[in-house]
Amino acid sequence: MTQLALVIDLNVCVGCHACVTSCKEWNTSGEAGPMVDQNPYGKDPTGTFFNRVQTFEVGEFPNAETIHFPKSCLHCEDPPCVPVCPTGASYKRKEDGIVLVDYDKCIGCKYCSWACPYGMREFDEAQKVMKKCTLCVDRLYDPQMTAEERRPACVRACPTSARLYGDIHDPESEVSRAIREAGGYQLMPEWGASPANHYLPRRKTKLRLRPDEIERADNPLKVDGLLPKPDKSEPSLDDVTTW
Amino acid sequence: MHPAFSVIFLTTLIGAGQGLFLALFTAQSYALFDLLPQQDSQTFYAYGSLIALLFLIGGLVASFFHLGRPERAWRSATQWRTSWLSREVIVLPAFMGMVFLYGLAHFFEFKPVLATLPGNVAIDFTVVVGTIAWLLAFVLYVCTAMIYACLRFLREWYSSLTVINYILLGGASGFTLATVFAAIAAPELVRFFAGWAVIITLLGLVSRVASLIRNARLKPKSTLQSAIGIKHPKIVQKSQGFMGGSFNTREFFHGRSGGFLRSIKWIFLLLAFVIPVLLLATGLSGGAAVELLLLAFVVQYLGLMAERWFFFAQANHPQNLYYQAVG
Repeated sequence: MTQLALVIDLNVCVGCHACVTSCKEWNTSGEAGPMVDQNPYGKDPTGTFFNRVQTFEVGEFPNAETIHFPKSCLHCEDPPCVPVCPTGASYKRKEDGIVLVDYDKCIGCKYCSWACPYGMREFDEAQKVMKKCTLCVDRLYDPQMTAEERRPACVRACPTSARLYGDIHDPESEVSRAIREAGGYQLMPEWGASPANHYLPRRKTKLRLRPDEIERADNPLKVDGLLPKPDKSEPSLDDVTTW
Repeated sequence: MHPAFSVIFLTTLIGAGQGLFLALFTAQSYALFDLLPQQDSQTFYAYGSLIALLFLIGGLVASFFHLGRPERAWRSATQWRTSWLSREVIVLPAFMGMVFLYGLAHFFEFKPVLATLPGNVAIDFTVVVGTIAWLLAFVLYVCTAMIYACLRFLREWYSSLTVINYILLGGASGFTLATVFAAIAAPELVRFFAGWAVIITLLGLVSRVASLIRNARLKPKSTLQSAIGIKHPKIVQKSQGFMGGSFNTREFFHGRSGGFLRSIKWIFLLLAFVIPVLLLATGLSGGAAVELLLLAFVVQYLGLMAERWFFFAQANHPQNLYYQAVG
């Protein structure tokens, strides 16, 4: 079975919102659109978005770190929003695991939005139906597109390749490897929805050096009572003048 | 959560309608075994059913205002295998139909005896229809409550107390309404209905206070740490990704202060339970003024609306963790 999903690398995301705008651009004119705005240029602008980038500060100054956190439907493997739908408008595709809303069946009761612990569903004020990320399902199988183009708009737009896309049930896919090798995790695992989208944590590359790796304990000069020159405290030109 | 008035009206109106029907059928069951005097089919049961039906219709109409696409509402009966909302959509009209049939049979005195119990107790058509409707009334309470009680991460709702409260609070307002109705249509039943209304209201007070205590002791399972998956005791949101509002900032916040919430809690405890019980107590002695009993129902209904508002407002959705700061 296939489960298409995104893997978002928080180590790489720079918070540029390119995925947000490209998502809106593609989907407002695509099959899932229109994603209507209210008061776009007035007071209190609002509108429908499938994807957002949020920013969190972890820790306290001076040991604070900024985390940019892209947030879109996680296409849960056991989606709590689907069984509560009274009309069957909300469904999870068997063939690729994408969770979708049938706009022609949705009655706009908003119950599914209550049933999503992540708040990933939005009610479209103009069309009066529930909308959500489609993983750009209208791109993924388009025979007129090249293989490169048959990926979600947000993935294509990301300038830092923080968004990976693929089948997380295929152990050899790029996303499965990333989850396995870079510690991919799920959001709010406590609710058991098993979100398909994973996040890769911030990773820090640290050089771990022991003191004896910095200064050779068995340096033969020490046996002779001589010290290396220049001295440790003096400026040096590595590989040129030192021992 | 943001309390929607359509849902507040739906749940309180049908709750009272169901409760009134339960009261009527309780009286008929007692009368069947000669524990209460027989009542006139038309002026008591038929008109009583009509009042119950009007409340149910009011609730149904209110529910349509909750929908974005009410013209497709019929579709919501299809997913009864998985969705409590769908089950409610089926049971509500079924219950309304049975109440209508019950009232109609009483109005035209269509009472063919279908069976006879030992002791010469005749089970006629209205008793059979009434029993089915009686069962459906309880099924409907359960369906309505389970819509909320089945959402496991809305922990204020995810409790059997939610179901018990819906049954008891709906039943309380229904029996209070029945007391008012009896004061007009069948004065000898006022004491009977007032007694049950007081008992159910007090039971409702106990279970509602129990759920208030339970909810006050809840510790959130989801935290900002689990929401974004970063293990650090101090995480602060700096931006939710947009400056204007969105569905996420409107639907899941009640938009009132903590003080307002607390005052609503005391208001509904007073209006839905304390004052109605005191007013109903006048009916216990018999010969109570209709106006006082009507006041008891109106006050209790307003109190239950406040209770329902508080019920929604108190539920804290975990998605709110993602919407703490505008930017």
